Amino acid sequence: MQSRAMAMAALLELLTDQPVIICNGFPSREAYKIADRPTHFYMIGSMGVAAAIGLGVALAKPKKQVVIFDGDGNVLMGMGTLATVGALRPKNFIHVVFDNEVYGSTGNQPTISNVVPLEKVAKAAGYVNVERVREREDLVYEFNDMLKKDGPSMLLVKVNEMVEDVGRVMLDPPDITKRFMKAIE
Amino acid sequence: MIGSDAFVQALQDIGVDFFTGVPDSILGGIIAELMERRLYTPAVREDEAVALAAGAYMSGKVPAVLMQNSGLGTSLNALISLNVIYRQPCLLIVSWRGYQGKDAPEHLVMGEVMPQFLDTMKIPHRTLSEKTAIDDLKWLAETFMTQRIPVALSITKGVVKGLHP
Repeated sequence: MQSRAMAMAALLELLTDQPVIICNGFPSREAYKIADRPTHFYMIGSMGVAAAIGLGVALAKPKKQVVIFDGDGNVLMGMGTLATVGALRPKNFIHVVFDNEVYGSTGNQPTISNVVPLEKVAKAAGYVNVERVREREDLVYEFNDMLKKDGPSMLLVKVNEMVEDVGRVMLDPPDITKRFMKAIE
Repeated sequence: MIGSDAFVQALQDIGVDFFTGVPDSILGGIIAELMERRLYTPAVREDEAVALAAGAYMSGKVPAVLMQNSGLGTSLNALISLNVIYRQPCLLIVSWRGYQGKDAPEHLVMGEVMPQFLDTMKIPHRTLSEKTAIDDLKWLAETFMTQRIPVALSITKGVVKGLHP
């Protein structure tokens, strides 16, 4: 199984100027280190609402394809948003969930995603395309496919617990807001 | 009593163009009017609504979130760790359940402490009245623009027309 950072790097290579909302904790810090772009919105708190922020962008900017980099703990915390997405069915919504089955930023306490298949929950809620992948080739193939299809889509990527040696996101939150707003104008 | 159509129109006139939230009976008339105008995106929780509004704001919209005051508790972390920290404003249209101790038991505690609760969260707030409504909305828009944080307008029962007379 690959690390989240490896999986994330593979996906970022396939993205250009799409808005990307990245959940709090290590995912934001890793994405910031791998490739910092003005189209990235890095969350540092408010766990559980990454997909809701992305949905707000997707509804307000229907011509832009919006990508969310989420985690299993985050999705479980805001699971109602899967229903909101499924009901509203934004075509421009790609929800990537890096599933390592732990709360990695607080000491690897287990989540319950080992027994709750989140992509099946999304499918039942009304997501149009859902896939579960493990290997890098599948990840790249399925993500490319989702970029071409109408969503909402969920790509659940099983990753290991490894965390990159990363610092904090060295941008002030108000500057992240301003930069992101300008980049997706 | 303010008509819900006049209230929605006044919000649109100050520039609000994205509405989401979770219903309350006091807000029933406003939400019905918003749905008729096809302006309302229903959320399943108040913190989700606040985050939807944040995404819409960053995409150039002026968002409003409707909720019962109990929803301030549900959305507290998003309001603080997202809106305040990142300077992402939104208008909170909050029904004041438990106002003056006259309501069902579950509303009494939040009803009593709501103004202090908003003060503690450093969220500027006002209570809508028919007499001062034009001024209230002007203040709402100005605070949104200048402070770039959530700003709340609380509504007590009977000030804006509900679904039932």
